[in-house]
Amino acid sequence: MDFEMVPLTHYLFLSATLFVIGVTGVLVKRNAIVVFMSIEIMLNAVNISLIAFDRYMNLHDGQVFSFMVMCVAAAEVSVGLAIIISLFRNKPTTNLDEFNIMKS
Amino acid sequence: MELLIFYPLAGLCVLFALGVVVSNSPINSAISLIGMMLGLAGIFVLQQAHFIAILQIIIYAGAIMVLFMFVIMLLNLKGKGEDEKWQSRDKNILLNVLGGLLATGVLYKIIDIINAGDFNSPAMPPESFGTVREVGTILFTEFVLPFEVASILLLVAMIGAVVLAKSKVD
Repeated sequence: MDFEMVPLTHYLFLSATLFVIGVTGVLVKRNAIVVFMSIEIMLNAVNISLIAFDRYMNLHDGQVFSFMVMCVAAAEVSVGLAIIISLFRNKPTTNLDEFNIMKS
Repeated sequence: MELLIFYPLAGLCVLFALGVVVSNSPINSAISLIGMMLGLAGIFVLQQAHFIAILQIIIYAGAIMVLFMFVIMLLNLKGKGEDEKWQSRDKNILLNVLGGLLATGVLYKIIDIINAGDFNSPAMPPESFGTVREVGTILFTEFVLPFEVASILLLVAMIGAVVLAKSKVD
């Protein structure tokens, strides 16, 4: 099993690319559900680089942290989708531009 | 040899992630996101983080995406005037171009920074790296307090979701 290992930089490139795609989604999309999905992409991108550094340093701390990131993602999605549902009751749309009731 | 597996998986992940952002219907976005999660699980296996790879499939592709699908189906936005409902704001093209330019600039800068770093080739990790035993040992010894706090976080999120989504009839 003399696999040649993937260099750390490759994982970091992949992580950066996915993170930037997530940022673009948050900036460009106006549908609340798709914005949530883009946030999920960003969280996953961070997990890649956590685990890549983990393997590079031969530790396990990064895996524990990515476990915590998954917990936060699950909590965020459940609360966020509940907020979307209760917003949808007031106004039947998920377009974020429609929700400006907090604007004075 | 590993690179031969890495490049198709990474390309697949990036393509699916782009699919999430590009596609117009949220159902297509959700299906692309599931594809990306599965690709990432493959990448985690390649990084020998088997426990995280399994969690990725169970939590993300299993639970979170089912929740997304459920909400998309529940809201049923496909009713009347589908086009105008899913449409972004008016100056859509300008916004997209500006967002794309900004993202490319940021990506260029990040890749510049990564290239500036000096990372030599890592040592081969031991056989037990990333197994449930190793991760679980460190999770329940060194990180036992964050673990308990995470459980409280999940409890609070559960209560919050129930309170928020509760119907206002009572």
